[in-house]
Formats: sequence, structure tokens, C-alpha cells
Amino acid sequence: MSNVTTLSRGAAADGSVPTVSGIQNDVVSMTVAGQLFGIPVMAVQDVLGPQRITRVPLAPAEVAGSLNLRGRIVTAIDVRRRLRLGAREKDQQGMNVVVECDGELYSLIVDTVGEVLSLPTAAYERNPATLDQVWREVSCGIYRLKEGLLLMVDVQKLIGSAKAEAA
Amino acid sequence: MDDLLREFLTETTESLSVLDSELVKLEQNPNDPGLLANIFRLVHTIKGTCGFLGLPRLEAVAHASENVLGKVRDGEMVITPTSISLILQALDRIKLLVGQLEATESEPAGEDSDLTSKLNALAEGRADEVAADEAPAEVKAAPVAPEPVVEAPKPAPAPAAKAAKPGKVQSLYERFGGESMVDATIDATFQSVATDAPLKALFEGIDLDLLQGHWRDAVVKALGNINRYKPADLSKLFAPAVARGFGQGQFKALLGHVEGALKMLEVQPDVAAEVQPLFAGIKDDLLAGDKAATKTAVVAKGEGAAGGAVEQAKESTVAGQSIRVHVDVLENLMTMVSELVLTRNQLLQILRSQQESEFAAPLQRLSQVTSELQEGVMKTRMQPIGNAWAKLPRIVRDLSVELHKKIDLQMHGAETELDRQVLELIRDPLTHMVRNSGDHGIEMPADRLAAGKPETGTINLNAYHEGGHIIIEIADDGRGLNVERIKAKALSSGLTTESELDAMPEQQIYQFIFKAGFSTAAQVTAVSGRGVGMDVVRTNIEKIGGTVELRSREGKGTTFVIKIPLTLAIVSALIVECAGERFAIPQMSVLELVRTSSNSEHTIEQINGAPVMRLRDRLLSLVSLRDLLKLSEGGESKQKKDENYIVVAQVGTFTFGIMVDRVFDTEEIVVKPVAPILRHIQMFSGNTILGDGSVIMILDPNGIATAASGERAQGDGIGDAAAANDRAYGDGEKVAILTFRAGDGGPKAVPLALIARLEEFEVEKIEAVGDRRVMQYRGKLMPLIPIEPGYQPLQSGRQPVLVFSDGDRSMGLLVDEIIDVVEERLQIELSASRPGVIGTAVISGKSTELVDAGHYLTLAFGDWFSRGTLTAEKKRQKRLLLVEDSSFFRHMITPVLSVAGYEVTAVDTAKKALDLCERGLDVDVIVSDIEMPEMNGYEFVSAVRGTARWGNLPVLALSSNTAPEHIERGRAAGFDDYVAKSDRDALLASLEQTMANEGDHA
Repeated sequence: MSNVTTLSRGAAADGSVPTVSGIQNDVVSMTVAGQLFGIPVMAVQDVLGPQRITRVPLAPAEVAGSLNLRGRIVTAIDVRRRLRLGAREKDQQGMNVVVECDGELYSLIVDTVGEVLSLPTAAYERNPATLDQVWREVSCGIYRLKEGLLLMVDVQKLIGSAKAEAA
Repeated sequence: MDDLLREFLTETTESLSVLDSELVKLEQNPNDPGLLANIFRLVHTIKGTCGFLGLPRLEAVAHASENVLGKVRDGEMVITPTSISLILQALDRIKLLVGQLEATESEPAGEDSDLTSKLNALAEGRADEVAADEAPAEVKAAPVAPEPVVEAPKPAPAPAAKAAKPGKVQSLYERFGGESMVDATIDATFQSVATDAPLKALFEGIDLDLLQGHWRDAVVKALGNINRYKPADLSKLFAPAVARGFGQGQFKALLGHVEGALKMLEVQPDVAAEVQPLFAGIKDDLLAGDKAATKTAVVAKGEGAAGGAVEQAKESTVAGQSIRVHVDVLENLMTMVSELVLTRNQLLQILRSQQESEFAAPLQRLSQVTSELQEGVMKTRMQPIGNAWAKLPRIVRDLSVELHKKIDLQMHGAETELDRQVLELIRDPLTHMVRNSGDHGIEMPADRLAAGKPETGTINLNAYHEGGHIIIEIADDGRGLNVERIKAKALSSGLTTESELDAMPEQQIYQFIFKAGFSTAAQVTAVSGRGVGMDVVRTNIEKIGGTVELRSREGKGTTFVIKIPLTLAIVSALIVECAGERFAIPQMSVLELVRTSSNSEHTIEQINGAPVMRLRDRLLSLVSLRDLLKLSEGGESKQKKDENYIVVAQVGTFTFGIMVDRVFDTEEIVVKPVAPILRHIQMFSGNTILGDGSVIMILDPNGIATAASGERAQGDGIGDAAAANDRAYGDGEKVAILTFRAGDGGPKAVPLALIARLEEFEVEKIEAVGDRRVMQYRGKLMPLIPIEPGYQPLQSGRQPVLVFSDGDRSMGLLVDEIIDVVEERLQIELSASRPGVIGTAVISGKSTELVDAGHYLTLAFGDWFSRGTLTAEKKRQKRLLLVEDSSFFRHMITPVLSVAGYEVTAVDTAKKALDLCERGLDVDVIVSDIEMPEMNGYEFVSAVRGTARWGNLPVLALSSNTAPEHIERGRAAGFDDYVAKSDRDALLASLEQTMANEGDHA
């Protein structure tokens, strides 16, 4: 049953490359372990607060479990675990950023979700060569912001490579 | 893809599958006009549509086939296997072309004159030619064919059609579009007539196909093309309509429909004007019969026509009441309904927590409507299983031709409906199994006759509903499974060992055919025997939650029974909890639930760390869900749980228990596939959302079974031993068993009958010779064997020893402690995992390992068994036939007898023994059990006395029942002696005595 008939808003749902042609790029900002991350706003389906998550035994480490998003089952991926960062504080619950990848919904669990930023293409840069391998894998570039550096997440790669690991 | 083309492909594919089976039927009933008419109509439709769509290759092949069929229908030709084969070949070609058409949206280049010329030759009565080179025509896959053939080479020249080159003045025939256009026009006309009620009524009961055919031929002729129009008895054909008042006026109306049809087909107005009168040319023929035919019509009406009319009317109403819906639409609908069911469940759950709610009534109503909707949508997905069978008659027919066998395929319950998803999944396994039955099961006609069976073998396919499941049986009356061959194959492929095999009931041996790479077909045929099959069949069926069982009787046939759920979309599941997580287990594989606690009837015991439980005198292997899913978290595993629930599940024939913490109720769940990222975890078959909105994983019993047993072979053993149950081992007979302790683990046991003496020796008397222990015993050296390699005998005191002896040789088995001698029914529950152990059985309420005495005898004297043969040679080898249905006793007595110098042939039924007699086995003495299924010992001995070969042989009865009246009855039936089963010495003595007497007589 391929029953995927949801909000396929994000044409460039993978959000791999920010639109270079436009001057401004709309990005949902979020933080994981103090680091600022961004996902193209069109790739984001939903932002949810803490959810009841069902653990999936034997699943890859970064899979936090499954959750119910309005009748659809969404696989939750803990970005901290994916990026080999330390575990979240006990009292910190984490936010869910729901994205679509190959017709399946995934929820990325991050620490906080910020506002939607319009970022100028001029501030965009490629990954620095010194970036950690795991990070370089999932990032497709960096924006220089006043508040700090924002790492653009390649959703496809973030989930895809987790999938490859699982297979 | 163009809608028209898509429609054509769907329709043609359907027609082709119908044709396949109809043609095979026709071959069997060549005189069924209804069948023939149907076939003709289908081929004709295919041809017509192809022409209309401009598919010359398809049209040519279909046309040539139609020609042959036309001849048959007109009674000018008789149906022969050759002609059917040829038409089937043509159908295959059409399928191939259609397949390519589907893939590329255009007809592949190439031509089919090889086939069409043969068909034409056949149609022209030159059948010999066809037969001469009947070898299946290879499809010329797009050979060098610069120009696609525009028209099929027809028996009659069609020069006009071939000359379709620019610059030349085209004939009316060409401008109109050739024969196919004529066809299309007539088809369209009749379609439009069908909407014209008064006119339609007049046509009732008339063979429209025939009428259309004749009309077409007439028009084509009038167009100046082919002279093949036979005036025939069109008037007779049309008489019923005339009788009902079809006259000039009505004919005009018919012409009106022709005009409409021409318009609809967008024929150029000038061409249409020219063509139209030609269509009218049929008028005189139609109306000629007018009065003359009225009488015939009445008669005809009285007989067949009336029935035909009713049937046709029925057909058209059925057609009017069904519509074609794309499967995707239904799938989508199903998904939606599934979601609705989930939401409904959620609402109901909320409602339950509210005391009083004004929503209660409407919610109940919603719930009911949802259930009905679910049922309704489910119905739309239901398809008769016959759809999966449609290809089988053709396959069986081809098979019988190819293998020169005579096979009759009987199908029952084709209308039984099941979910199309399930249908798709069982199609291939079914096909494979039917092929197998035909190839392996059914014997050659000569062999069948020799075996006293009818020459034609039968494959019986039967489908029916049974409690939410659909049962499909595939039975053949062939040779049955050959146990010996399976055994040999199992041994040679290293799947098992000889001793394991001996202990296996037949049912369990059969299971080997489901192993990968297992084929007992002596030679690999094109049909089967490649050993990629039954394992895939089983996997596929189990994948959809089904089971395959098989019954076989040698010489009588094999029956496979497939049990599958009706639908996969919504299943009932048991919700369980383990380590705080909830899981769903499909109800289908759950047999029962058992609660265990230290003070209840059921407790969990351990064998070498593996948990087992006793359930109704059987041992059940347990699987801890906690361990399997690695659920235990730090401290939790430390506290030993006192109370557990066991979900007894069955996968195939493997029964096992899943240990969980809690069991909730059952819930209807919609199985959703897990995310790709989790798909590699074989423990889960999917996930779902429960009524309370939480996500839950659905456990896959198949995956758990695989993970639990590591290797299924062992699992099969457990399940089958249980299934074979009383038949195999016990038959209720009690055996004296000595239980003892030795080495690690629980109690061990050995049948008392095998032990010569129980001794206790001073430890000091044990001496070491090399790495072996021996002691002086009765003036000889007796080897002492430890129970396991690393076993340490006692250091001081008295060492208990079990002495096994034979003639002048003895062997001692060192044990720690002799516990008891008990009389028990022996049921070996778990097969052995290491040498020296036959298996595990429940003795005195404890799991006890049954020791394989034969193993230790071999350890003590490498030549123990071969020595028997040597002695035997000296005393002229005696051949002994042992008939004993209990494999346990066969296992136990055979070594004893071998040691005593007999060459033992052991069989498990009296029937087999008699078969051996027929096959000419020479023996010197027969030892038979009394209580056996099918034929008991008394009947057996009477039968033996009746044979020429064995009539005068000594026959000994072996029974656990030695009451005087039984002994008397045994003697009366013809036994020479009657010995108690457990009395080994008495048996040997009696044998010696009997043989000695025999010697005197000889």
C-alpha cells in the first residue's frame, strides 16, 4: 500500500542545495547541542513539540522510535545520536521537525526550533575542508550569520545514510 | 499510454487468459458448440480491435487463428490436439506481441508468416503439413523485416491491400480502411443496436457472432476484395428475428445504426456514402427465409435457442452492471477505510473512558457504518481464486504433452473469493505446486497401468472457506513421496544424520522437501527438479501468514493443503507487553495463552540455559521476547520475574512459546509497512496505530521462530515430533526405563531392556589402559566408557556401572547415581543436539535425556556392530524382518538383533512388509508387533501365511500385552511364538529356539 498522499509541499523536499538564484532563502533554524542548523522551509512538513515515541527494538542507534502524526507513522531520528553528539539533558525534551524522504515521513529530533530566517545567498559558503566526516556527510553548506554559523542539513543524506547503515 | 491502447491491453490480456483455458476445455469436449462460439468470439474480438488500432502483426496472427476456428465452427474441420496446439502457439505469439506492445507502446517489427502459414495450411485442410513440422515455432524476435507486413497473408490473394503505396489510386476497400474497418463498423452497429430496445429484442436468441461474421464477409466481398462469402443459411440463422417481426422497417432501422456507426468511426462522408449501400446488401439474405423459416425458428426456440436467449440476455445485464475500476483506486479506498477504522477505534476508546456521553449513540452508529464500509470495500478487492487458476489448465496440458503423461486437472471451488493482494501472492506458489504434482507426482501412463491405476492421472484442486481462512488443496493420485529417496537426499546434502532420520516419523521426513535446494527428481527436467521451489513456495505462503501441510501415501498420491488468511490489510492482533513496551502479535499464529508462575501448574524449566515448559505432556521451547529484542535495561533483568505469560505460537509445524510480561486484549489493527530504515529487522512484520493513538510494532512470528531456533531444521523436529505425537513413539505402551545421573545436566535414561546388569565396583578396581578405563570383570577385561568425554568418575567409594553385554563381551557405562526404574510411555520431545543422546523426554515428570546405547557400544568396541556380521557368517547369516510401528522400538531392538547376528530389515507398517514380500525380499524369520495402525499383527500374520514366499516362515509376535488370551489368539492367528516386548533375552532365546527348530525341519 503506497498511500502517500500528504502535503508534498516541498518540491525540493530534499533541500539539498539552497536556491542560489534567489537572493533570500527561507530556512527553519534549529539547534542541536548548541550548534545552529537549518533546513529549507519547503522541506519541513511540521514542527511538533515533544511526542510520545514508541521505541523500536533492534533499530539502528539513531532511530529514537516511531510516533503517530495524525494517523501516519513517522520514524523519529535523533539528530544528536546521528551526529554522534552527547545525549540530551534529562529534562530537555527535544522538538520534532517532520520531513519527507522518498515518500516516507521522518521526524528529526532536535533540541530547539528557532524562527524561519530569510538568508541571503551571499552569506552562503561551502563546507570548510576541516569539517568532521560525519558532519560533512549531512551538511551541504554553511551560512555566515551574525549569531554564528548555520549549518544547512541535507535531509536526504541525513536519513539516507542512516538507511544505508541499517541495510 | 493512450487510454484506448490501455483498454485494449487490459481486455486482450483478459481474453487471452480465458482463451487458454477454454481451448483446453475444447480439446476435451470438441463438440461443445457453446465453447467454440465463445472461443471464436474472443479471437474475433481480438482481431477486430487489433485492426482498429492498426496493429498488423497481431491482427494477422489473430486472423489466421480465427480462420481455423471458423472452419471448426462451420463443421468443416475437426478439433485435433495438433490444431489446438497450433492455436495455443498462436495465442502465445499474441501474448508476446501484447507484452511488447505494453512495454514499448508499439508493435515490434517482424513478421509471423511461419505461424500464419501453418494456420492457413491447417485451415485449408493441409493438416499433414502442419503436423510434420509441429515443433514449436521459435519466435522470430524482430528479424530483418524492412517493411512491416500490412496485411496478413491470407489464403485468398489480397492484392489491393498490398498495393497500399502512395500515388496509386486507392480502391474503396482501402479508402474505407480494409476488413478491420468493416468489422469495426459492424461491431459498432450492434453495440448501438443494443441500446435500441425494440430492435434488440428482435435479435435475441440469434448467434450475433455468426451473423456479424457473415455480414462482414458479405461487405468485404461487395467491396470487391475477397470471395469467401458463403450465402450459407443466414436466413435460417436470422429466422427467429424474422418470426418476431423483423421486416423491411426494422432493417431500415438497422441501417440507421450502421450509419451512426460509420459516423462514430469518423469515416470520410464520401466514403461512408459509398460504403453504406454495401452494408445493405445483406438484406435479401436476411429476410429471404421469411416465412419458410418460421417453423424452424419455433422448433429451434423450443430447444436450444430459448436457453441461449436467456443466457445472452443475462450476459449483457451482467456486463451492464459492472464497471472497470483501476486497482489503484481500490487500493486507495482501502487505505482510507483502514484509516477510518483506526479513527473509529480511537473514538471508541475515548468513549469508554467517559461515563455518560451524548456522543455514545452517534458513535455507535458511526462504528457500525464503518464496519459495513470496511466489509464493502473489502468485497471490492475480493476476487475468485479461479483467477489464479486460469492459467493452470494450459500449463497442465502443456506439461502432459511435454512429458507424455496423461493428466486430468479437476478444479473445484474456483468461485471462492479472497483478497486480490493475497491472490497475487499465491498465484506463483500454486502454479509451482501444480507443476510439481504433474511432473513428480503423476507417473507415466505405463507405470500407472502397471500399478493398477487408471492411465490418466488426476490433479485435484480444491478451494473453500474455513473460519476466516481459505483452504486450498492440491491433490494428485500419483506415486506419492518416496521416503527413502528423501532420506537419501537429506543425508547426502548433510541436512541430517542417519540416526536422526531413523527416529523421525514420516511426516517429519516429508518436511525436507521444503528445504532450499532439495529436489528428489532424479533428473532435472525443464519443468521442475531444480530444487528451487518448495522452499520458495513455503516462504511465500508463510510470508502472508499462511501454512502449507502435506500428506502423502506412497503409491497413492500426495496432497498439499495451503491455509491462508482472506485478507492481509486488517488483522486481529493480540497486544502484549514486555519490559514496558507493547507489541502486537497477529492472532492468526497464536494458539493459546499460558500463565506461568512458581506456584502454578506451569513453570519454566531450563535445559542448558534454554527455557522450556511442559504443556500437556509435551515440551515447548520458549523464547524470551526480552532477550530476543534486547529489551532488558540494566536493573530490570536482575529481578527474576515470578510471573510470566507464554504466548504459544505456531509457524508452519513449529510450535513455540513467546515469553511476555503481560497480555492485554486483542485489537483489530491495520498493518502498515515499517519505514525503510527499519525494514531489515526481521522480528517485525509491520507497525500500526492503536486505539489510544500510540504506535506499536507488530511482531512477525516467522522472524521470531527463525531467530529463536537459529536453524529451522531443529524447530521442525520439535513441531513434528509433537504433531506425530502418539502415532510415532508411544502408542500407549509403557516401557521400563532406568533413570540415572551422570555428568552435567539433568537426569538421563536408558531402556532397561538394553542393560544386562547393574553393578557397583570399588573405585580402586578401575584401571587405566592408555586413555581408556577398563576393569576386570568375570575374568575378562571390560571397557568402561564415560558418559561424556570430560567426565570424571568418582574418586573413592563405589562406582555405579551400567553393564551392556552381548555374548562374551561386556561394556560398562560409568554413571554417578542410579535413580530409579520406572514404567513410562516414552515420548521423545526434543531431538538430540549431541551424540550419545537420542532426545529428551518427560520421565517421572522431569525432562530427561534419553541415552543412545548404540553410541556407547560403538565407543567401546569400534566393531561392535560389524562383529555381529562376522559371527553371523559363521552361523550362516539369518535375515530377519522386523515389523514395528514405534520408531523408538525399531531403534532399540534393531541393534540388539544385529548384535545377535541377524541381518535386520525394519519397516514401520505391515503394509510395507507385505510390499517387500511382493518385491521378492527373502528373509528367514519375521518379528512383528501386534498393535499397529492400519493392519495389526494378527491380520499381518494371516496375510503372511497366505503368501507363497513367506508362507512357511517362522513369525514371532512381539507385544507389550502378554496376557494368556492374547498369546492364545496370537498362536491361533499363526504366530510361532509370542514374546513380551521388554524382554530382550526372551526374544533372543525364542529366536534361537525357533531358528533351531526351523533348521531341524529343513
